[in-house]
Amino acid sequence: MMTSASRPSAATSVRPVALHTADATPQAPRVPSFTEHPARNPGTDLDLDVVAATHVNRSAAERRAATLPARRTVKKEWQAAWLLRAISCMDLTTLSGDDTPGNVHRLCAKARRPVRDDLLEALGVSDLGITVGAVCVYHRYVSDAVKALAGSGIPVAAVSTGFPAGLSPMSQRVAEIRASVDAGAQEIDVVITRAHVLRGEWNALYDEVRTFREACGDAHIKTILGVGELATLTNVARASQVAMMAGSDVIKTSTGKEPTNATLPVGLVMVRQIRDYLQRTGHVVGFKPAGGIRTAKQSLDWLALVKEELGDRWLRPDLFRFGASGLLTDIERQLEHFVTGRYSAAHRHPMV
Amino acid sequence: MTSTLPPAKPSVRALFESMEYGPAPESDATVRAWLSARGARFDHFINGEFVAPSDGAYFDVMDPSSGKLLAHVAQGSASDVDAAVQAARAAQPAWSALSAHARARYLYALARAVQRQARALAVLESLDNGKPIRETRDLDIPLVVRHFYHHAGWAQLFDREFAGYAPVGVIGQIIPWNFPLLMLAWKVAPALAAGNTVVLKPAEYTPLSALLFAEIVRDAGLPAGVFNLVTGDGTTGAALVEHDGVDKIAFTGSTEVGRRIRTVTAGTGKSLSLELGGKSPFLVFADADLDSVVEGVVDAIWFNQGQVCCAGSRLLVQEGIAERLHEKLKARMEQLRVGAPLDKSVDMGAIVAPVQLARIRELVAQGVTEGAACWQPTWAEPKDGWFYPPTLFTNVEPSATIAQVEIFGPVLVTHTFRTPDEAVQLANNTPYGLAASVWSDDINLALDIAPRLRCGVVWINSTNAFDASAGFGGYRESGFGREGGREGMWEYVKPMREPAASPAAGKTTSVSDAITEEHPVERASLPAVDRTPKLYIGGQQARPDSGYSVPVHSAKGHLLGEVGDGNRKDIRNAVEAAHAASAWARRPGHARAQVLYYIAENLSARAREFASRIAQSTGVSIETGEREVELAISRLFTYAAWSDKHDGAVHDVPMRAVSLAMHEPLGVVGVVCPPTHPLLGFVSLVAPLIATGNTVVAVPSDTAPLVVTDFYSVLDTSDVPGGVINIVTGQSDALAKVLADHDNVDALWYCGSHTGATAVERASVGNLKQTWVDWTPRDWSDARIGEGREFLRRATQVKNIWIPYGA
Repeated sequence: MMTSASRPSAATSVRPVALHTADATPQAPRVPSFTEHPARNPGTDLDLDVVAATHVNRSAAERRAATLPARRTVKKEWQAAWLLRAISCMDLTTLSGDDTPGNVHRLCAKARRPVRDDLLEALGVSDLGITVGAVCVYHRYVSDAVKALAGSGIPVAAVSTGFPAGLSPMSQRVAEIRASVDAGAQEIDVVITRAHVLRGEWNALYDEVRTFREACGDAHIKTILGVGELATLTNVARASQVAMMAGSDVIKTSTGKEPTNATLPVGLVMVRQIRDYLQRTGHVVGFKPAGGIRTAKQSLDWLALVKEELGDRWLRPDLFRFGASGLLTDIERQLEHFVTGRYSAAHRHPMV
Repeated sequence: MTSTLPPAKPSVRALFESMEYGPAPESDATVRAWLSARGARFDHFINGEFVAPSDGAYFDVMDPSSGKLLAHVAQGSASDVDAAVQAARAAQPAWSALSAHARARYLYALARAVQRQARALAVLESLDNGKPIRETRDLDIPLVVRHFYHHAGWAQLFDREFAGYAPVGVIGQIIPWNFPLLMLAWKVAPALAAGNTVVLKPAEYTPLSALLFAEIVRDAGLPAGVFNLVTGDGTTGAALVEHDGVDKIAFTGSTEVGRRIRTVTAGTGKSLSLELGGKSPFLVFADADLDSVVEGVVDAIWFNQGQVCCAGSRLLVQEGIAERLHEKLKARMEQLRVGAPLDKSVDMGAIVAPVQLARIRELVAQGVTEGAACWQPTWAEPKDGWFYPPTLFTNVEPSATIAQVEIFGPVLVTHTFRTPDEAVQLANNTPYGLAASVWSDDINLALDIAPRLRCGVVWINSTNAFDASAGFGGYRESGFGREGGREGMWEYVKPMREPAASPAAGKTTSVSDAITEEHPVERASLPAVDRTPKLYIGGQQARPDSGYSVPVHSAKGHLLGEVGDGNRKDIRNAVEAAHAASAWARRPGHARAQVLYYIAENLSARAREFASRIAQSTGVSIETGEREVELAISRLFTYAAWSDKHDGAVHDVPMRAVSLAMHEPLGVVGVVCPPTHPLLGFVSLVAPLIATGNTVVAVPSDTAPLVVTDFYSVLDTSDVPGGVINIVTGQSDALAKVLADHDNVDALWYCGSHTGATAVERASVGNLKQTWVDWTPRDWSDARIGEGREFLRRATQVKNIWIPYGA
């Protein structure tokens, strides 16, 4: 198994200040402006004190997640704008065993023109060049997607490292990352070894993600926690912290293949860790819920969650993505409903 | 953030960049149409129909978010109240004679009907009160529905679950403006379920949902007179409180008005339940999930604009994390949205009335003047209605006004603590005792703290959770009585007193009695050794502070001895001693039972002596005296038996949580013993109190105090810890008054004269101690009315501890 050679010993924390002490005064973290490209998260040393101090009261977190959608809703023009924003933050995804170059090409075409031109016109946003945030495929179709998206500015993301279980040999997982980067992927969605979390082997998890990050080079690393297999929200929170310390650019909920995927309580816990990490280290990390987000209404709830807990700066594709496949169609139908006042149908929109 | 008016033509394009929230109004068209269909003018609902006020007076009801007129509502006069009470009185026998199942059907119908009108009620409530539609839609109205369903169940089960109990009769109910329909439900549902009829007076600011409810009642075919509604201001409420035809007053509102009601009803025989103010603590320990704590605070103090009796208005934070928590809170406060109550995206609506807004402003200004640091978000609240922003005070001294008084607005004050013990001290450092919230992820810590908080509800890692199955109500000056669950049902029933068996205390005096009286114990020729009964305080015999004694005569007028003439200082000392013995409450029930059995054992050993003392004191026969001693021994056994069996309950609340309903002792209870049955009366009152963990200051009756002073040597030999039972002799009504006035006496049981009872109830307003007075002689020898659950229930108060869980 490969490990990072340059990593300092993670057995003891080099940052002796525990999370819950009086002198850990929150520094005012600097959030990048909207026009500013946030610096990549360099990671930190593994701080086991922080990990140990991180815990989540499940009932309270669930209550917040349950009431948040009831506290915030957007209607009419606001809703249309938010739905367009959701599209711009979408990782349009196909991760099926029966994927072929054909359906990947179709996906890429949809990524370039996610909404019918007449609707964009009616909404007055034709010239904004709204596209999805990225296209997400298996390694095998990275080069097809890169070609199909050439000139669009839409990055290709590759799921990697033995997706979805992440249990293939480390050397193969690292090689897979490199292969995808070589094929033109600008973002790599890696999966962690869930056993490290379930067994509390934070050093191992840290090493693993650090290694992945190094393999990614200039490509952004989006670390999939597989929350549906992490058992508790506290595990989710701790895994989030370690993944960020190890240098993840984005932390992502799920592969979409676990029994449960992106739920609001899980998302709430993860964004709170991002906020905490920002306050503690000054480093900005993105967030990607994936799996199970199928309706326009769900996408609005997620945007509200991120807006409330992290702030408006995160409502941009460089810091927030939905991993979705079916979501786009529902959003298109809602947009048409806004424009025409009539309920729409899926077959009225070019298929993904 | 303020919800402001949208720009004339919002552009999707601009909003795509700004990603701001827009207006999301709930339509009020249906409700406005309902108002105008009635000419925006509303009458009382009496005897099944709407009737105009007798003097033709109406008052204005306003929309707090705009200050504009909503409706004209009848101003109830004394004669309107009288008509309503008479209607309720006339309807009551038939209503309670209905089968339990029939009452259940009516309550079920009300639940269904409210559910069908849920949105209209939610919109109307929001319009009238100024609270966000999100709250009325998601919390108030669903809880109303739940309350009627739950109590339809109690109606169905009434005959079996409340066997031996009867409805109280006609209930006068006065409710506040902060949760208008929910408070109506809390009052009306249990009252009707138990077979009472009601006259309800809603708050003058917010009568509209009650008026819509009256239409629901009419349409549901509830028999005329069962539910009556009289609208009006404080004078209407006063007329209801003073009305002779009302058997019970149930009031929710300010402590100040609660005191007035207690004073006015003193000695009238009306029973009373009071749900009053609070200054509830919100305790945060260092190991809490702080992000969740922040949301808890939002739900605690910025729920309903902070106009919540159980609002977590005092934030107590462990020192090491205080600064971090304050920063998190401020960041969260910046995200709150205040605005139009009918906007679905606001967190806070309007304050109910200008006078309330003025009071909040005044108190906040005072807080600043007194040196606390005031923080409000950078955004400004709307100015066209009665709005106030969320407010945080740090650096608050416990002595500051804002730390002491109930602000009843969105204002949070914070203190820090060092240790769990200090947290408990700070939390309990208030005359109130309604609710508390405890945040810690350490179950050992949380479950240690919860029982030590002097309040009726404790929410662990949660706040403002309510359910019909779990009782809600206060300790101390937050009132007494519970609403919800089985414990709430007891407020609306009374034990049916069986006709007394043959009088126990026959007054026939036989020759042998006469002999006994002359020479109670000693029959030898030597004079008896003089005995000087003293007071018994803290396990020690004590001479009366006054230095005086009062003579005690036999039933025949012979001098039997002298007892100390206790005064207020003796009472003070006894109360101190009783408080010092509070560890008694923490003894397990089994250990308390052992002591009670031991008392019985030692009393039994001296049965003959006590029998003759009873005989000489009261003039009954020796045999009757012996019977009284035997009954007293049996009664001690009864409460020894109960000591480890007066269990609490685990309520089935509709969330992933347990709600533990714990029976806790009242604390220090004064007992003024009945004039009959000098031994049995004393034992019947003191035994249930100490069985449940209270400590007692007992005042023997004037007629036979020696029986009780003889008893302290029994206590001395029975391992009763000093201070658990204290005995002060003297003029009982005068001592009763001292006990009633004492602000560190938690409750007072009084058996004596009507005059004495009235004085006790009137004087109890100082700390709003619970009183239980009885001036109609009770046959203590009848176990059906002289012992049992009624006494245990009176001796305890229910604390509901909500414990959500989840890995």
